[in-house]
Amino acid sequence: MTKLRGTGFAAVNYPTGMHLGGDPTQSLVHATTSGNFVVTMSSVDLGQGLKTILAQIAAEALGVPYDTVIVDTGDTDTGPHCTGTFASRTTHRAGNAVIMAAEEARKVMLEVAAEKLEVGVEDLETDGLGNIHVKGVEDKAISVAETAGAAHFELGRTISGRGIYLKPPSPMDPETGESDPDSTQAHACTVAEVEVDTETGDVQVLAIKSAYEVGQQVNPELVKGQIVGGAWMGIGHALQETTAPYYPAIDHAPRDFQTYQMPGAVDMPEVECEVLEIASRNGPFGAKGVGEMVTNSPIPAIVNAINNALGVRITQIPVTPEVVLRALDEKAAGGG
Amino acid sequence: MAMKDLKIVGQPVKLRDLDTHVTGETVFYEDVRVPRMLHLKMHRSRYPHARILGIDTSQALSSPGVVTVLTHEDLPGKKLYNALAGAGVGPEDEPVLAFDKVRWKGESVAAVIAETPEQANAAVAKIKVEYEELPAVFDVEEAIKDGAPNLTAHWPNNHYVYPDDHRAAQIRYGDVEKAFAEADHIVEDSYQTQPIEQAPMETNGCIAVPEGDGRITVYSNTQALQFSLDVTAGILDMPTSKLRFVGGTVGGGFGGKVDIQPEPITTLAALRTGRPVKFKYTREEEMQVSSSRSAWRVYVKDGVMNDGRIIARKVTTYQDSGAYLRFSSYACMKHCGHMPGPYTIPNVSVDSIVVFTNRTPSNAMRGFGVMAGSFALEVQMDKIAETIGMDPWELRLINAYREGDMKAHRKEVEDAGMVESILAAAEMAGKQLPENFRNMSSLDRKAG
Repeated sequence: MTKLRGTGFAAVNYPTGMHLGGDPTQSLVHATTSGNFVVTMSSVDLGQGLKTILAQIAAEALGVPYDTVIVDTGDTDTGPHCTGTFASRTTHRAGNAVIMAAEEARKVMLEVAAEKLEVGVEDLETDGLGNIHVKGVEDKAISVAETAGAAHFELGRTISGRGIYLKPPSPMDPETGESDPDSTQAHACTVAEVEVDTETGDVQVLAIKSAYEVGQQVNPELVKGQIVGGAWMGIGHALQETTAPYYPAIDHAPRDFQTYQMPGAVDMPEVECEVLEIASRNGPFGAKGVGEMVTNSPIPAIVNAINNALGVRITQIPVTPEVVLRALDEKAAGGG
Repeated sequence: MAMKDLKIVGQPVKLRDLDTHVTGETVFYEDVRVPRMLHLKMHRSRYPHARILGIDTSQALSSPGVVTVLTHEDLPGKKLYNALAGAGVGPEDEPVLAFDKVRWKGESVAAVIAETPEQANAAVAKIKVEYEELPAVFDVEEAIKDGAPNLTAHWPNNHYVYPDDHRAAQIRYGDVEKAFAEADHIVEDSYQTQPIEQAPMETNGCIAVPEGDGRITVYSNTQALQFSLDVTAGILDMPTSKLRFVGGTVGGGFGGKVDIQPEPITTLAALRTGRPVKFKYTREEEMQVSSSRSAWRVYVKDGVMNDGRIIARKVTTYQDSGAYLRFSSYACMKHCGHMPGPYTIPNVSVDSIVVFTNRTPSNAMRGFGVMAGSFALEVQMDKIAETIGMDPWELRLINAYREGDMKAHRKEVEDAGMVESILAAAEMAGKQLPENFRNMSSLDRKAG
């Protein structure tokens, strides 16, 4: 028995948004009478933290405290349209829609504050802590809460805004493929280190080290969550997962997590990552998106590492122990 | 280059529902409590390809606790659908409930609605379907050969047909054949991925509740609420105003909850019975019935110069769609648009073909159309490096696209960051690169 180690890497790019566009998302923002802001959507949070980052984006664009932003999503009777959570689109599309709605609401908020303070709108700024004050004169101020109350009860104005983001549809030329398919591209390079047991064919991933270039991060902890979770999924795809183990045959189809193998805690190496931020021209505050690509770079990196360790050329996934042992047999027979 | 004058964007604030996810207090669709709820279970085909000669539901109907059984004869609207029909994708090829044939093992044939899940399961076993088994085909390249078993008259050659009668979504950029003739090396290989389960913790499901005013509220874990509403209304031929979809907090998606599988039939069951109905996929259904990630077979042929420049790349891809179209034609277009990866190559040809086989229909999963492309290209890049005797890092850096380069689909590269990502990863891995490579940037193309 020999345990052989190898290193491999892969470079990938990933498009943001539904391919060929035409996938709008809307947002409505309004102030409550006590100065909170409700962001109404119908976008879906799959656990990745959509509600959290939309609150961050709204707070930033409104210039109000994060804790005063309420995200109300998930009801088609009340929330305006969202195309859905897929295609690494929601940070970009929903984020841009929220900014547009927030900017409209902010404009009314500042108009009301200007009227109350008897100054020009252009002289005002927000401190992000719940106050609106004259630029450079912090004590000439009014709170967001007081402004919201005055708008409703004294001036009869609604502090609200409407937002939409649409990348117009770009048809694909059937002959040449000419098209404008995406809003931006994120990038990643992942290095994988593996150890392969030549007797059992078992592969252990020892380390995953990645650089991800995702534009402005809205929430670095949630970006890291995607990267670590994506590395786990990538390991499963590279080494274990299939619903048709004898593909293309359909026999022996797994029916549960006993027969459908996925990596367990002991299979998970430390995941190191460095995040680069090259701003997207059209993303919310320069964000690109990170939802899908995190699975894509570990897979070829792991396969390249296995090939590097064994001196073979495996070109299929999953690289199960059977695939490893057959590749070693082929090499021993002179095919490698 | 990111924007640094930000207050809350860029901060690692805590996930808003983190605590309740951990304690189990987050409200998901299944936490909705409604009285008098019924349960739906599906009778599914036992064969990957068979003609249906008869469906006998009489024993199931008289089984304890059964309220009703639905077959294709009960469908008020469409018998065939494709969820993207509203976006012009077609023809609609997939039965809501099978009628003339079944085309994959697990296809929906008849829905039993009963007082309890156990009673529904017991009645499902009592449905008798008479089949005439037909030859099946499972391999993408076998399926498109002359004489292969044909799945449906919609697709006479078992592949999708793109506009202008093209069998593939395609890219034609430059002249690959001329470049192959001029190349110092030709590097070819084929790559294969398999069907993969999205494996969300929460399986697909919904609860449809009649509201007494003629409307139905559907509590669903779909990844796309209005889309699911529109498709459900379309299938059942009912006004969209009669439906309300509620969700928005979902226990994992990964692409596996954009299929609109449970909602239409559950909504119909609620309409027919006047009672709330729940349809929750078992883990087995999630793995073998709900769409998998497609399997892809990718052939790559590259023309490469001794100095490492890739001057031509030809890609021929077969996407295993399974028995029906679902979103596969979209995925093959996305696969096309992704080629030739993060590299600037002056001559590119891509044919990306959707093939129908007698397998569980495949559909979206994280990296739809792109994951298999990246896998194939990056394993191929190592083969190129080995063939021409070049360091694989240097090979990628030489070819990586730069800002303003023209892509094969004729859009200029914007927001480029491939070079910087490769250099950062090299540093993390302790890879020593020559200085001229370390100084590379996405903003210029000084040769390495």
